[in-house]
Amino acid sequence: MGIEFRGVTKKYPDGTVAVDDLNLTIEDGTITVFVGPSGCGKTTSLRMINRMVEPTSGTILLDGADVRDSDAALLRRGIGYVIQHAGLFPHRTVLSNVATVPLLSGWDKRKARERAAELLETVGLPAELGKRYPAQLSGGQQQRVGVARALAADSPVLLMDEPFSAVDPVVREGLQDELLRLQSQLGKTIVFVTHDIDEAVRLGDKVAVLRVGGRLAQYGTPADVLRHPVDDFVAGFVGKDRGYRGLSFLSAGDVLVEDVPTVRVGGAPGESADWRLAVNDEGEPRGWLPPSSTVDGELSESDLVAGGSLYQQGTPIRGALDAALSSPASLGVVVDADGKAIGVVTARQVLDVIENHPQGVTR
Amino acid sequence: MIGEIVDWFTSSANWQGADGVPTRVLQHLGYVLLALVLASVIAVPIGLYVGHTGRGGVLLVGSGNVIRALPTLGLVTFLFLLFTDSDVAAIIGLVVLAIPPILAGTYAGLQAVDRAVVDAAEGMGMRGGQRLWQIEVPIALPLVLGGVRNAVLQLVATAAVAAYVGLGGLGRYLLDGLAILDYGEVAAGAILTALLAIVLDIVLATIQRALVPRGVRLAEAGTKKEVEA
Ligand SMILES: Nc1ncnc2c1ncn2[C@@H]1O[C@H](COP(=O)(O)OP(=O)(O)OP(=O)(O)O)[C@@H](O)[C@H]1O
Ligand SMILES: [Mg+2]
Repeated sequence: MGIEFRGVTKKYPDGTVAVDDLNLTIEDGTITVFVGPSGCGKTTSLRMINRMVEPTSGTILLDGADVRDSDAALLRRGIGYVIQHAGLFPHRTVLSNVATVPLLSGWDKRKARERAAELLETVGLPAELGKRYPAQLSGGQQQRVGVARALAADSPVLLMDEPFSAVDPVVREGLQDELLRLQSQLGKTIVFVTHDIDEAVRLGDKVAVLRVGGRLAQYGTPADVLRHPVDDFVAGFVGKDRGYRGLSFLSAGDVLVEDVPTVRVGGAPGESADWRLAVNDEGEPRGWLPPSSTVDGELSESDLVAGGSLYQQGTPIRGALDAALSSPASLGVVVDADGKAIGVVTARQVLDVIENHPQGVTR
Repeated sequence: MIGEIVDWFTSSANWQGADGVPTRVLQHLGYVLLALVLASVIAVPIGLYVGHTGRGGVLLVGSGNVIRALPTLGLVTFLFLLFTDSDVAAIIGLVVLAIPPILAGTYAGLQAVDRAVVDAAEGMGMRGGQRLWQIEVPIALPLVLGGVRNAVLQLVATAAVAAYVGLGGLGRYLLDGLAILDYGEVAAGAILTALLAIVLDIVLATIQRALVPRGVRLAEAGTKKEVEA
């Protein structure tokens, strides 16, 4: 279901213009991210889609139909909405929180609870959590419940207002990965609000950068916005290391993967003057064995130096550079989709590829 | 003094008939409950409406303060002169007295519901009534019942004083005892009034504990811990 903003303006009663003549088409089945500094009208724009805020002028079309033509409550039951800080109902268990919309839509209790239990699993929460109350959950778990509750609408459209802002960076990254995984299964039209450009670039098929005063500054793919900011505002907003971040969109197809001597954990390594990659019986990298180390008998993991990040073949080149830079042997370990080590790359090789593609290969 | 009180309580005459303790306690309880029900019927809907819609909050707080400033005894006397019926005058006076705490509790309870929660309810597609009864009222319950408890304490005390316009109940012991300078009886009336207040408060506290949803109690405990930390 596509969403279209046509000349949408929102002026609050106190005179604040939160959104100014917004024209934007959100394509069906994609993640579109609204990003911009605080107060630029992201939330207002989002909330006009499900009529939590009514525009002063202009039209919003959902699947071609003006949202104002439908009953507001029914419209909202058909649109998943994740609000900032989760907004879970404190007096209801996790399970009944998730079952809210199905119950409102008149499903019978048992079916609604079964559906809710399924969704807990979908967002990666153990079933036992269903019996708890929101106050008994961590921040990250609450955010997941918020997402599950929004998914229960089983609607083709999902609105998410800074859903991951209240959790620490590690948890946030996990939740982002999970959203991308879910989206690859569900293929919903997702409108996602954040003020974090990294999150926008990571999640968005398209990114809409808004400036204060509620004007659309730029709308395009993340690679576009990073590589060709339309003006100083966007350039400033996407930040200093946008060159490095832009590598997220450059394919590493041409990087030469070189062979590396390996030793097997549990085997007898012998002697060598080179760094050697230790792998387990499945061929997965476990760490590095430094040059001229002596090992008595079988090689165990305690003899090894911890490895750097791994680069999975076929993913953007940023990962390859990082693997090379973080490796104790200065050799980035390349793995296949199953996690088996297939060779190594050096930072020099990666840089060569980057230099030969000044415009990059966008995904 | 203590001897007089003990004598009074152990005299079987004081436990029987129209002026006996059981009758007086029941009477007193009757006034309190009647006034409480009438006041709730008036105050709770108004509090819910104002708290839910956010309309008229200033007016509500203002009129609550005006009512609180009224001298209850003066009001009861005035009503007595108006109606020349002690029961009607006293009950109306008590109702007026009980309205502000219930109104304030209900309104404050709804106001205290987290904006994000109200927002989520609306965003999930709840209609006004669904949001009020399914979300706002259960979460507001601790403060609503707190208001009711306040009202009951005030009612028990004031119903005793209202005996002087001719109302029955425990206040009779105070007034009749004073009239014949029987301090044992006066003290007994005061003790019984205090006991009734305590017992009622314990009963209401129990009801409150049973009615307030577990999740709300957990959330409250959580915020308290955060504040302490
Ligand atoms: N109900 C309201 N009444 C008046 N002004 C409002 C209202 N809601 C938002 N605004 C104003 O409109 C502008 C845009 O607000 P909005 O909440 O859409 O910003 P935002 O981009 O989501 O910001 P943030 O990143 O801080 O959440 C701000 O200047 C804000 O103060
Ligand atoms: Mg916002």
